[in-house]
Amino acid sequence: MPVLIFIDTAEGHVKKASLEAICYGAKIAEQLNTAAEGIVLSEVKDDLASLGKYGVTKIHHVNSVALNHLDAQVYIKVIAQIAETTRAKIIVFSNNADGKAIAPGLSVRLKAGLVSGAVTLPDTSKGFTLKKTVFSGKAFANVSVNTDKKIIALNPNAYKIETRDGVAEMIPFQAAVDDGKVKVTKVTKASGEIPLTEAEIVVSGGRGLKGPENWGMIEDLAKSLHAALACSRPVADAHWRPHNEHVGQTGIAIAPNLYIAIGISGAIQHLAGVNRSKTIVVINKDPEAPFFKAADYGIVGDAFEVVPKFTEAIKKLKGIA
Amino acid sequence: MKILVCISKTPDTTAKIAFTDNNTKFDTNGVQWIINPYDEWYSLVRAIELKEADASTVIHLITVGIADAEPVIRKALALGGDEAIRVNTENSDAYYIAGQIAEIAKHGQYDLIFTGKETIDYNGSSIGGMIAEFLNIPYVALATKFELNASKAIITREIEGGEEICEVELPVVVSCQKGVAEQRIPNMRGIMAARTKPLKVTEPVAFESLTSIISFELPHAKAGVKLIPADQPEELARLLHEEAKAF
Ligand SMILES: Cc1cc2nc3c(=O)[nH]c(=O)nc-3n(C[C@H](O)[C@H](O)[C@H](O)COP(=O)(O)OP(=O)(O)OC[C@H]3O[C@@H](n4cnc5c(N)ncnc54)[C@H](O)[C@@H]3O)c2cc1C
Ligand SMILES: Nc1ncnc2c1ncn2[C@@H]1O[C@H](COP(=O)(O)O)[C@@H](O)[C@H]1O
Repeated sequence: MPVLIFIDTAEGHVKKASLEAICYGAKIAEQLNTAAEGIVLSEVKDDLASLGKYGVTKIHHVNSVALNHLDAQVYIKVIAQIAETTRAKIIVFSNNADGKAIAPGLSVRLKAGLVSGAVTLPDTSKGFTLKKTVFSGKAFANVSVNTDKKIIALNPNAYKIETRDGVAEMIPFQAAVDDGKVKVTKVTKASGEIPLTEAEIVVSGGRGLKGPENWGMIEDLAKSLHAALACSRPVADAHWRPHNEHVGQTGIAIAPNLYIAIGISGAIQHLAGVNRSKTIVVINKDPEAPFFKAADYGIVGDAFEVVPKFTEAIKKLKGIA
Repeated sequence: MKILVCISKTPDTTAKIAFTDNNTKFDTNGVQWIINPYDEWYSLVRAIELKEADASTVIHLITVGIADAEPVIRKALALGGDEAIRVNTENSDAYYIAGQIAEIAKHGQYDLIFTGKETIDYNGSSIGGMIAEFLNIPYVALATKFELNASKAIITREIEGGEEICEVELPVVVSCQKGVAEQRIPNMRGIMAARTKPLKVTEPVAFESLTSIISFELPHAKAGVKLIPADQPEELARLLHEEAKAF
């Protein structure tokens, strides 16, 4: 009875969030003295066997063109077949866009209790409990899963990727694949950019930047750090920046290693989406800005003066200047 | 076209988050309750727009909760919608709530079921996907755009670092987020009309929960901010590099 990990791909490449899920699932398998095995649906370009170095011993691969795009209903049936064949009791997802689409339905199909947004390994000392974020990152809940089968959707950036020696055995899986009712007609990717939810470092701008024409220095800073861009809600509402950069309670919730907030006041609804970041840096000209209370490092100053110099200093440290 | 919009009640976004009874219960003292923003701003408003475009559209609202959910569902009716259903039960886990909604939906012949992307208190992002599986119909999660074209829905959904457009045959369950519609403020006419719109209360069906919350905890407080003078951004860069090891 292995721990199964759903390995999510985009255009044939394994997503970073899935590598975290694999390492996490492998650790659970270790706790329970069993093996961790991966599930890959769709055609892939990456060498899947090499995922063994994250801890999976086998990969069940349904190499089907019909699965290259997500149709949750179809995916759920295929994953359920693999779960049945392997008699798995625990299935791990990343709580990313695809995980959110698939895991809830699978929970119903398998009658397996679901914890979405998990941030810790399960405590199996008595029962099976997990910590998850609630109240948009302002608190945690300890959730007990009371069913024999369990599904965990791990928050992105909540578990560290570690590698070891290992090669996964590839197991082609012959699944019955339904004709889906969802037809994907177009995929647009902001190519070359780092997906916000997967980014280690995020540089974010607020209304203090005065207008979209001033984002050049924010982009320069982000580039020097290989960071993704984000913004506060009014900035997206005013169309200074695209909606997919809006973070916070009603936008995207992120938990990068480093979050740099520039010209953002730090309203409670903004903090709700970013407060799980490991290190928070605030640059704001108002010493009373509430964001400083949630920050690890701060500069009270004019962004237009501070940011370009800050970017130069980073480039120098990284030897890019 | 018949649409079911799932409405949940959540604490206001500025509510103080605290717990009582040995950290097992959310402290509702002084908390203002609102319609979950994703349900109000995006799914409900989009449903209303669809009705404005085609007057034959019928919108039902559903909430699973005890009587204290009524002000919130009334407010949703004031924004729009034809009638509301409240399933009279304490909320349990997502499986239980989705099971109750699916039970109503089974008999309602809905072409479209809208949920919000997530509730801002439980952050499950689960109910929509569960309802779809109970009903054995497709689910599209995290929609940022929703259009109708005869018996098909054209939906744009969020993927990592981009968007995907798909066509889906109805019926379908869709979870909505920013982009699907723009927030509206209820007007006086809507508020008056809401008083006379039917609000049906039904009793729950027997159904299990698969998970339970044992306790809550608050995150550790931050140690406090380290301020660096504005003329020394290179010192900030050095600290981030050497002390925080952030890059
Ligand atoms: C239900 C609800 C949900 C919400 N959800 C979200 C959400 O998801 N995300 C979100 O971000 N907001 C959200 N909001 C809005 C939130 O309350 C704030 O209004 C918003 O975050 C403020 O954005 P801001 O910090 O960019 O702008 P402001 O509050 O206007 O702050 C601008 C800051 O820039 C500083 N500044 C000005 N000039 C300079 C300069 N030259 N150099 C440096 N600093 C400067 C100012 O001191 C100020 O602190 C929500 C609100 C509600 C009611
Ligand atoms: N008690 C409830 N009654 C009706 N709909 C609900 C309820 N709880 C959640 N929902 C719907 O399901 C969505 C996702 O909730 P969740 O899975 O809890 O994050 C919400 O945005 C609502 O549309």
